[in-house]
Amino acid sequence: MEQRGLGMLRLSGLLAALGMLVVQAALGMQRERTTPLSYWRDLNLWPLPLSVKTTPRLLYLSPGNFFFGHSPTSKAGPSCAVLQEAFRRYYDYIFGFYKWPLGSDKVPSAMELQKLEVSVIMNPQCDSFPNITSDESYNLLVKGPVAKLTANRVWGVLRGLETFSQLIYQDSYGTFIANESNIVDSPRFPHRGILIDTSRHFLPVKTILKTLDAMAFNKFNVLHWHIVDDQSFPYQSITFPELSNKGSYSLSHVYTPNDVRTVIEYARLRGIRILPEFDSPGHTASWGKGQKDVLTPCYHAREPSGTFGPINPILNSTYSFLSQLFKEISAVFPDEFIHLGGDEVNFGCWESNLAVQHFMRNKGFGKKIEKLESFYMQRVLDMISAMNKRSIVWQEVYDDEGKLTQGTVVQIWKMGNLRMKLSNITAAGFPVIISAPWYLDVISYGQDWRHYYSVEPLNFEGTREQKQLVIGGEACLWGEYVDATNLTPRLWPRASAVGERLWSPPEVTDLDDAYRRLTRHRCRMVKRGIAAQPLFTGYCDHEGRM
Amino acid sequence: MAGSTLRFSLLLAAAFAGRATALWPWPQYIQTSELRYTIFPHSFQFQYHLSSAAQVGCSVLDEAFQRYRDLLFGSVALRFSHPIEKRHTSEKNSLMVLVVTPGCDQFPSLGSVENYTLTINDEQCLLLSETVWGALRGLETFSQLIWRSPEGTFYVNKTDIEDFPRFPHRGLLLDTSRHYLPLASILDTLDVMAYNKFNVFHWHLVDDSSFPYESFTFPDLTKKGSYNPATHIYTAQDVKEVIEYARLRGIRVLAEFDTPGHTLSWGPGVPGLLTPCYSGSHPSGTFGPVNPILNNTYEFMSTFFLEISTVFPDFYLHLGGDEVDFTCWKSNPDIQAFMKKKGFGDDFKKLESFYIQTLLDIVSAYGKGYVVWQEVFDNKVKVRPDTIIQVWREEIPVKYVKEMALVTRAGFRALLSAPWYLNHITYGPDWKEIYLVEPLAFEGSPEQKALVIGGEACMWGEYVDSTNLVPRLWPRAGAVAERLWSNKMVSNLDFAFKRLSHFRCELLRRGVQAQPLSVGYCDMEFEQT
Repeated sequence: MEQRGLGMLRLSGLLAALGMLVVQAALGMQRERTTPLSYWRDLNLWPLPLSVKTTPRLLYLSPGNFFFGHSPTSKAGPSCAVLQEAFRRYYDYIFGFYKWPLGSDKVPSAMELQKLEVSVIMNPQCDSFPNITSDESYNLLVKGPVAKLTANRVWGVLRGLETFSQLIYQDSYGTFIANESNIVDSPRFPHRGILIDTSRHFLPVKTILKTLDAMAFNKFNVLHWHIVDDQSFPYQSITFPELSNKGSYSLSHVYTPNDVRTVIEYARLRGIRILPEFDSPGHTASWGKGQKDVLTPCYHAREPSGTFGPINPILNSTYSFLSQLFKEISAVFPDEFIHLGGDEVNFGCWESNLAVQHFMRNKGFGKKIEKLESFYMQRVLDMISAMNKRSIVWQEVYDDEGKLTQGTVVQIWKMGNLRMKLSNITAAGFPVIISAPWYLDVISYGQDWRHYYSVEPLNFEGTREQKQLVIGGEACLWGEYVDATNLTPRLWPRASAVGERLWSPPEVTDLDDAYRRLTRHRCRMVKRGIAAQPLFTGYCDHEGRM
Repeated sequence: MAGSTLRFSLLLAAAFAGRATALWPWPQYIQTSELRYTIFPHSFQFQYHLSSAAQVGCSVLDEAFQRYRDLLFGSVALRFSHPIEKRHTSEKNSLMVLVVTPGCDQFPSLGSVENYTLTINDEQCLLLSETVWGALRGLETFSQLIWRSPEGTFYVNKTDIEDFPRFPHRGLLLDTSRHYLPLASILDTLDVMAYNKFNVFHWHLVDDSSFPYESFTFPDLTKKGSYNPATHIYTAQDVKEVIEYARLRGIRVLAEFDTPGHTLSWGPGVPGLLTPCYSGSHPSGTFGPVNPILNNTYEFMSTFFLEISTVFPDFYLHLGGDEVDFTCWKSNPDIQAFMKKKGFGDDFKKLESFYIQTLLDIVSAYGKGYVVWQEVFDNKVKVRPDTIIQVWREEIPVKYVKEMALVTRAGFRALLSAPWYLNHITYGPDWKEIYLVEPLAFEGSPEQKALVIGGEACMWGEYVDSTNLVPRLWPRAGAVAERLWSNKMVSNLDFAFKRLSHFRCELLRRGVQAQPLSVGYCDMEFEQT
């Protein structure tokens, strides 16, 4: 019904803004939202789907007599790795260690749920990478003996499998049960991201993979990989191996091409995009160690001071280096988008440098150092366009009045004038990702998830078209004080609050209901091996040591 | 004092040069040089000195030798490694341990002597201590002195250390009621406490939220008061294991059974124990603190604390006494009548005093000493002069610094916790504030200062369970550990940062999920299993 309609409209608006083809979804869905609240109370779904209808009628599942299968009419079959892998995963999540009682007590077959039959309606995209336009909608009809999960693409099936697994619970005798239900679901925003920072602290690949697991449990679909920064350069470049040889914390603190491939494929199998960020011209101190002359020498009293600033924007060698580096990156990372950073450029060093001053005069930039930043960013943006990729930049690039290529996505991270910025940037026609209220590295005592949850991303002045330009948001876990020791409990379930805000309809805002569901969802994550920290006093049935 | 100051600052300077920067907490006196000795894992041994009062068969040290051997060399010790070093560095193939006073089977106590000296030079490699507890501290220090070259060779530098704790009570509080902590989490915490030279595990076992302590006298307490009576409990065996594990590390277990407030979980298992709250003239169906007017209450407490006094060997019990909410007592007509009869007027503090005094008498009769939270002092409960008062409130009724002065002026011994509530988290390096607290920075006579027996880092459990306990605790609690062990003058933040960063990497190497202090890396990062 209307939520659904709005969702599609938003997506088409966005796609238009991005100048892409719109593939109209062809799902025959019942579009009612008639779920009585009393049934929700027993549901532990997170994030809450668009529409849930559930009845008190119980279906019983036996680990030995349940399986996932493809519908005969499905466009996807057993050769679809994304689905086969997902079937195995979700079987484990649902039944855990209880697989063995194969011939359990017979229940009347009308009450038994024996199979989840999956049907993909359109070209399933089994071997593709998910992208910003990927259709994640699905229909889930849970009744005995065969439940049906229908989606246009495999990406919707993945989301539906997660929901299906969340519907199943164990009664006090250990029997696996699900209520008869009918769920129609699709995301409110197409870009639902988590940012991790592997420069301030290196994160072992295992930790990244764990994070991808937890993201899938929360229907996140973008891992924004802030892979390098001032502190270290762990990305092992094939073209410029010295960057990580000299710029990483140590030779064991690197991501080899194989590591990167592992992460990308692991994410793909969970319907998650990997969005690489190579932030420049600031935040690049670690680049200088392995690449001569790429950074600006800072001056003190007309002499080089021996320190270095942002990337040197006045040398041709800089751009030929960047062009080769980004050519590699655009080949290594399959996503259509590359994040170019552009935040917090320290102008002091540029201003001190005599050659830069000279260049400014030649170009007629006057004293406006922002123009130099724009000049640099424009060159890089053009470079990316020429590689048939799209760019995302931090908000400064827009704030400093760079001429942004149409379709460039602006990520907003500053809390100051947030609503006004949203109005302005969308009024200028640029798609926007919101992160400002969701800096999860900033911690405080108590239930801060409530603040993250209560943020309404579209709460700004603007036309309908402007609001459609908000493609989503990201929860950011910057790494100054975070590494593999504390990442998981710091991220989960706090990021889950953002996950629901970006997936569920805007009217899903009841904090008490959210608390109830999220408490159980966090226990579910714990059971699945994610060391998600508690929301408050209480316990989980399964709380092994993490 | 003046002499030691001079010596101390000289040594601080020297320490920056050598590998001794790895030490945490910093010893009282240290002299170290660049001269180093090689250690070969396959031949190195911890040995009892011939004249040591402790010899093979001393459980505390036998096990400690094994532990530190594993910590230092791990699986390396099993492999044969060739002495590839040039022969001009000489070798140390044993640490001789000499304990003066016999005794390996007792429990550590508030009066235990933890002094030790370490002498590593051409002639000897000796750890000398008064007691086995001092030997444990010295072994930890020794393990932190050993370092490894990039080629993998182990070294120890020529070093002289004389060390002793500044305060005798250096505690860490864990709360197993708001969230249950699996036994393994507690044992692991005891290990890391030993690495930090903490010596008291303050076990806040039960509270409003749950009653996980399985009492053999009143099994219904856990049956009805725990989160789950099968899985979320501590059996008698668990408790014994914790106490013994702690003992082997020179750590006391200070058990807290907080009353009369914070007792909601006691109610279901002991009908009639809690005060029924009234709404108007009718019981509202809710319950408040322990009911202080019934004989049954005191009979129960008598029996219960007899069990507790037997189960926990430490001389001290923690009896709580904090945050008693008077509204329920006020609402109850029977209590009002009792107040009148006793002539308490409207002063519910007097009722609280009445309860606590009766309880203290019970516990005293079992030959135990006790620690209580500061409210007991604030509310002017008459307590024995040897009561220990734990100061936990930062601002109210007075700033904690003032409270320390008041408590000690009244002649009571004091424990400081107020600035060390580690469950409170903020963005950034909050360990610095924790570190810079000076426990004796209050106005008072030297006699008053002498009454401060130490402090405790508290990790309350409202937002903490086994998923986040370890990174939230370490290395932040380490800042408290050094403040309580090291000389008052050890307060330079840069020096502390260097050592604590190094120490947290050492914790990672030892398998402890200690979180980072700032940007950077460790050679061995934490790997998820």
